Amino acid sequence: MTILMYVFLGIGALFNGLGAVALHRFPDVYTRLHGATKCTTFGSIFSILAVVVYGAARGGPLGMSMVIRALLALVFLLLTNPTGSHALARAAHRAGIKPFRAVVDRLEEVGK
Amino acid sequence: MIVELSLAVAAAVLLGYVFVCSLRLAIGPTPADRAVALDTINTLVVAIMVLLGAALDLMIIMDVALVYALLSFVGTLYVARYLEEGLK
Amino acid sequence: MRRVAEVAATFALAFLVYLILTAFSGEVGLWSWEELIGGAALSFLVALASSRLLWERGGWRLLNPVRFATFLVYLVGPFLLAMAKANLDVAYRVITGRINPGIVRFNPGLKTDAGRTLLANSITLTPGTLTLEVDDATGDFYVHWINVSNVDPKPEDVCGSFPKWARVVAE
Repeated sequence: MTILMYVFLGIGALFNGLGAVALHRFPDVYTRLHGATKCTTFGSIFSILAVVVYGAARGGPLGMSMVIRALLALVFLLLTNPTGSHALARAAHRAGIKPFRAVVDRLEEVGK
Repeated sequence: MIVELSLAVAAAVLLGYVFVCSLRLAIGPTPADRAVALDTINTLVVAIMVLLGAALDLMIIMDVALVYALLSFVGTLYVARYLEEGLK
Repeated sequence: MRRVAEVAATFALAFLVYLILTAFSGEVGLWSWEELIGGAALSFLVALASSRLLWERGGWRLLNPVRFATFLVYLVGPFLLAMAKANLDVAYRVITGRINPGIVRFNPGLKTDAGRTLLANSITLTPGTLTLEVDDATGDFYVHWINVSNVDPKPEDVCGSFPKWARVVAE
């Protein structure tokens, strides 16, 4: 059980770090959103799953309420994160930021 | 004991990533870049709060994390709205 | 009659969430009396305020338990797999810096709001794609694709079997 928790913590730290690095490596807003959203969502899910495992292994009222809150936080992140990044991407496009070196831009062609 | 410590260490590592992201928040050339960095930081902060709540046995930090997750989502939506139309 | 059913359903959902959140707080079953009474009062206020919005555009169909079961299967099966692949993909691109981005359009043919939301969120979290805009009238998806291989893609090129899953779960 403890091993599983360490593995989850490790995966979480690794992918969250990847998301933070992606913010600096990519050239424009849209590609940064790619890196940041995917990696931090995945990494945070695993960090929170580590807490779920920890709470379940611990048991008792405290451990179980830990599990419930961690699972709820996971659901909220999974629902809100992609929606937020979608809103930011659309806003960036409407604010007139061009995608870096884009081969094709169908949204520009429609003129919205 | 050592298990709680490892949770706290993981939270500290994520805190380091928050500083890396806030670098982008500071230099980001366009407002949209800053908004993306802020969104990333929000996600990381929720994870940090959950980890710390488990490490310190404080349920109240986890409750704060839940509220923070929802409020930061609303905040992101408002920032996006502002980027779209300016301050009308 | 319809209004009463709406309020009752919203109340039940809100009270359920409140009960889950405050479990292990006392002696009545898992809960204390204070939490039960306060939760019921708050859930009733929430139900009065928001029941109209919640069920306005075909929300009833989402209460079907079969849909929930399919959704869970989808979540732990193909979705988690695609997410893991997406992260390895981003890792590869962060290290090599090799990108070929563009915004493409395709039409998966989904009709309901719930189906479109599910597909848009799935697309955002899976390899190399990010939903930018969904046209409300026609159902066209505009997707930022990090590695464009085809400027006029079919839905299968961009997101594999996800439209099929979205149709089963939400339509």
